[in-house]
Amino acid sequence: MSLQLLFDALALGGIYAIAALGIALIFGVMRLVNFAHGQFIACAVFALIVPSTDALAVLGLGRLPAPVLIPLILALGAGLAVAAEALVFRLMRNASPVALMVGSFALGVALQNLLLVVYGGRPKAVSLWAELSHPVQIASAEVPLLQLIVIVTVAMILAALAIMLRHTRLGLEMRAAAEDFTMARMLGVRANRVISGAFALSGAMAAVVALVLVAQTGVADVRMGGQIMLVAFIATVVGGMGSLSGAVAAGLAIGAASAFLQAGLPADARPFRDAFLYGGVILVLLIRPQGLFAPVGAKPRV
Amino acid sequence: MPSQHQLRRRSAATTPLLLGLLLLTFVLVALGLGDRAIARMAAETLIRVTMVVGFWIFVGNSGVVSFGHAAFGCIGAYVSAWLTLNPAMKAALLPGLPEGLAAADWPVLPAAIAGGLAAAVIALLTGAAILRLSGIAASIATFAFLAMVNTIWANWTPVTGGTSSVVGLDRYITPWVALGWAFAAILVAALHAHSASGLALRATREDEVAAAASGIDRYRHRLLAYTLSGFFCGIGGALMGHFIGVINPDGFYLGLTFLMLAMLVIGGVGSLSGAVVGVLALSIAVEGLVRLEKGIAVGATTFALPPGSQEIILAVAMILILIFRPAGLMAGREVMLPARWVARRGT
Repeated sequence: MSLQLLFDALALGGIYAIAALGIALIFGVMRLVNFAHGQFIACAVFALIVPSTDALAVLGLGRLPAPVLIPLILALGAGLAVAAEALVFRLMRNASPVALMVGSFALGVALQNLLLVVYGGRPKAVSLWAELSHPVQIASAEVPLLQLIVIVTVAMILAALAIMLRHTRLGLEMRAAAEDFTMARMLGVRANRVISGAFALSGAMAAVVALVLVAQTGVADVRMGGQIMLVAFIATVVGGMGSLSGAVAAGLAIGAASAFLQAGLPADARPFRDAFLYGGVILVLLIRPQGLFAPVGAKPRV
Repeated sequence: MPSQHQLRRRSAATTPLLLGLLLLTFVLVALGLGDRAIARMAAETLIRVTMVVGFWIFVGNSGVVSFGHAAFGCIGAYVSAWLTLNPAMKAALLPGLPEGLAAADWPVLPAAIAGGLAAAVIALLTGAAILRLSGIAASIATFAFLAMVNTIWANWTPVTGGTSSVVGLDRYITPWVALGWAFAAILVAALHAHSASGLALRATREDEVAAAASGIDRYRHRLLAYTLSGFFCGIGGALMGHFIGVINPDGFYLGLTFLMLAMLVIGGVGSLSGAVVGVLALSIAVEGLVRLEKGIAVGATTFALPPGSQEIILAVAMILILIFRPAGLMAGREVMLPARWVARRGT
């Protein structure tokens, strides 16, 4: 296996892992499969450019220096997610998981079409941090600087999240809520605070994915969140719904599988890579329907 | 004097007839208005009734949300196109078709049925795997199935034409053809829902554990409903293709999935009448919004909604329904004649 391939796999898997984490966090506290997550990503991407339906994108916020821009976009993503929770999901708190899922699907459609109305349907070229695509020589591989940054960032985010979940009050409350929400509330965990916190974190993760996607592809497209969201879902299901570490591991695994399939499949079959990937996922689910790393609490109780 | 149970069964049997009458009235009114655009909208609505009723056969009875049924529409539409398109045209557009399909020049009705059967076979095969899962995992697996079909169709260019559209389908769909299929779907859905298998399936929807304890094999009943449901979604897809005359894999992807789900949720997942009423209500609303998007002249100025606002309004309506009337417009009830009436006629 070449070193190059390893970096590709790590970087792609890292993005998938962060996206999957964004979905798993919300699922953990309120059993909501958030279909709007992809649109959170798209909204964070479009926040970088000036609203207009012209084909040429003019960077608005995107022109700010990175140390200002990054926190700002993260805050925007978090704000959007918290607003979505307050306006839609809080009102559906007692609905069944299926109704919640359908509701988030509708929210996603609304957001996507809002972007269409404001920005038009054509994909736009955006050059954000173009200097990061410079290759760097590492041993035998030429790796774009951005890929290294992505890998390091993902590792840092995962570490920070792990520390937060273990050692802060909010983290403790979130883990308690994911374990048994009713019991946690009886023990004095404030439902609204925990859920808002989970949404804020999830929105910020969406913003991270958005920044990486833009820097990598150089395109802003209304539909760009969809594919990555689908992979993220699959990662959360394969990882075992509600298990954060499972989601991360499955995200990394799917990214790696996808990079290896891209390299290993014959050229004729390469356009069908995603079909192989989804087929593989259905297979994994058949063997372990509860996911690879299902938490104990996920078993249905009679 | 018939027993309570017999009365209820007889009364339930009036549901498909009443729904059929409702659709017939809808067609007569639409044609009576004499506007070609409205007649087209009526035909499209009835095609959607076929699809959504097909969708309901699985989702309504099993309680499992599927995101994959648009893919059955895709399969139905392409199979019907492969069978009916002029062979010379297929040689030019789709050079990779196997011998038998490339030479096929079938009449439209058998082709539509073949489209439905192909979708049903795929439903049976994929359902055999997917339906071993339950709840949310099953829903996500249907989503993966939808994405899989879309990826294959968009890239298998010699056979499907890829992302460029397949054109030149025979446009034979009139409101009457669509009405015939919509009624067939409703009849089959009602018969299935009242069959032993349909009742067993609904028992698993209400309480999985209790149903299993009563000896109900959830998997078998779900698979049957899934296959039946795939058949009518396939038919609906074939009709849709022949209605527009042009098909494209992206016409059977998230947009259609959203529309079908929205119609079902707004009408009410709990009943067949909900599915039909949801399609009618939403189709009429969409038609109104499309007209608003085109602009309405009031005096000298034209008011127009920006393009795309139709979906936003629908999505917001769907969220509001989910929040304030989670069971949908029909709230799980069926339209049926009261038991008193059928009793008098029956005895």
